[in-house]
Amino acid sequence: MEREKEALIEVRNLTKYFKVGRGKILKAVDGLNFKIYRGETLGLVGESGCGKTTCGKTVMGLYSATSGEVLFHGTDIHSLSKAEKKEFTRKAQIIFQDPYSSLDPRMTVGDIIGEGIDIHGLAHGEKRQERIYELLETVGLNHEHASRFPHEFSGGQRQRIGIARALAIEPEFIVCDEPISALDVSIQAQVVNLLIDLQKKKNLTYLFIAHDLSMVKHISDHVAVMYLGSMVEYTTSSELYEFPLHPYTQALMSSIPIPDPKTERIKRRIPIEGEIPSPINPKPGCKFASRCKYAKDICFREMPEFREVKRGHFVACHEVQRRMEPVPEFSAAEDRSRANET
Amino acid sequence: MSKGEEILKVENLHVSFKTYAGINQAVRGVSFSLNKGETLAIVGESGCGKTVTSKAIMQILPQQAAIGAESRIYLEGKNLLELSEKEMTQVRGKEISMIFQDPMTSLNPTMRIGKQIAESITNHSDISEKDAEKEALRMLEMVRIPNAKERLRQYPHEFSGGMRQRAMIALALACRPKILIADEPTTALDVTIQAQIMDLIRDLQKELNMGVILVTHDLGVVASVADKIQVMYAGEILERGTVDEIFYQPSHPYTLALLQSVPRLSTKNKDTLYSLKGTPPNLIDPPEGCPFAARCDYGMGICRKKDPDATVVSGTHSASCWLHDARADRKGLPDLFRLGGEQ
Repeated sequence: MEREKEALIEVRNLTKYFKVGRGKILKAVDGLNFKIYRGETLGLVGESGCGKTTCGKTVMGLYSATSGEVLFHGTDIHSLSKAEKKEFTRKAQIIFQDPYSSLDPRMTVGDIIGEGIDIHGLAHGEKRQERIYELLETVGLNHEHASRFPHEFSGGQRQRIGIARALAIEPEFIVCDEPISALDVSIQAQVVNLLIDLQKKKNLTYLFIAHDLSMVKHISDHVAVMYLGSMVEYTTSSELYEFPLHPYTQALMSSIPIPDPKTERIKRRIPIEGEIPSPINPKPGCKFASRCKYAKDICFREMPEFREVKRGHFVACHEVQRRMEPVPEFSAAEDRSRANET
Repeated sequence: MSKGEEILKVENLHVSFKTYAGINQAVRGVSFSLNKGETLAIVGESGCGKTVTSKAIMQILPQQAAIGAESRIYLEGKNLLELSEKEMTQVRGKEISMIFQDPMTSLNPTMRIGKQIAESITNHSDISEKDAEKEALRMLEMVRIPNAKERLRQYPHEFSGGMRQRAMIALALACRPKILIADEPTTALDVTIQAQIMDLIRDLQKELNMGVILVTHDLGVVASVADKIQVMYAGEILERGTVDEIFYQPSHPYTLALLQSVPRLSTKNKDTLYSLKGTPPNLIDPPEGCPFAARCDYGMGICRKKDPDATVVSGTHSASCWLHDARADRKGLPDLFRLGGEQ
């Protein structure tokens, strides 16, 4: 089934380094590989500073990649001509975390939403106005809001304006960079419901970046866990929450406070000591080794490969890979190769 | 769960702010008490008055704020609102301490961490500066800051977010206060660090037998640490009860709405979450009747006319809602909802 799905975005060996002076290099994104299927949501989680946002911006082409490729419909977006790039921006949009700083305070809401329509020449005059009204309605605002300015709106309403702006040019793909973390609990539900509803109606594809793990589980089909610029685990959302394999994911999952007192009382938390190390000139080996209680010698020497250990479940961990090594007699590959011989 | 003697009692607290548009009644008649060793969580959306309530206890409200004449705040029987500013200075930090969401607002960026903690100790007791420095080191070790000795000599900007939060806790607890008010202590932190900080607060609470007031909107954190909860909305307490009562038998539609708006383990993926419509009322001109009536799914005619009194559901549980009146129309009310009063 997995095969039949079409990958809208395919990221191959993507890296993004920043020079931070004195010859030091900050490896914000360090060799990512993943796919996002059309009409699905990939949740990207990790602690602050792990490179989630940099990943989102590089996938969007807002940062140029240091190396690697981001394939959108099979073409690398980092090697597009100017005209092709404009075409790409019509299909991909981003919603930002802070609904206060991401809207121009001197533009009316109508113009904020209409800007993309104008740039791409999608509609003019009355048609443009109609389109703006339609978008405002889609996100649950009124016609009269079009002539107002952003400061007249609450945080949740502004986030809706941000969503309306992203939808204005009918994109296929939207990067949602922490779209709910600045909002109140009750408003978070509104925005998440809206995103899910729009996805169902318009077959949108999302890259949903967040550190609120319970919301990520709710909205995502697949989830990827990042640690210090690398991906440590990738699988379906339900598999990740039920059977996390990487020691970091396990600790992360067990730290989520669950709004249920009885579960909280019996829950055993896997403590994780210390804090995330600096991404500037990282040490060789597995990046999590210094905080990992299972770390062996090899973990400090060699960077583990990002490998599929179960169908559709990728992990970068020496220990997990050793434990989950398929027994040759039971592997399907063994059988198939023999079939070829005969 | 943990029962102790009562140390704090707030009675009929009213706080209003003068603004250009008029007088904003941020807190409207709030009463509650806190026992030793107990954790009370105040839950609500932004603007519901939870932070104003805690700042009123500390008396660190801005100048344009006024506390109502009929309000009383008793700390071990002594009314804090009658104290002079000088006397209050002795209460702050020594008897009641507060930690904030953003540690940089309470740490001095131009002073070494060790010096700041030592200063707070010498201000409140007669020990030498040298002993205070030693005590500061002990505090940093208590909040589990590695290499505490070196860290003592550093400035706040050299600390990471989680470390700053720990340093602020060390500063707040340096004089062993009886009450700790934690205002969104972990909202700005990552989950792994959040778990560390909440564990730390819980351990220190046991050690010092402190009363803790936790102000937050994160229901997950509340479920893991609180003994009792009060739900605030538009400057009033709508419901109060033990953790289990609030989570498993809510008795107010607003509490119910808050609980349903977060995904639970049992929620199916991509199901529509419950979302509240509308916005909280403007407190410059608060509505007549129940403040939640305009957003309530179970509203009745009476709700917009008369503010309901608190109905006792059990010894520890009460809610202010007309649904508890025997004459109420309870159509569509979920089974989860627990009714009180005369049945």
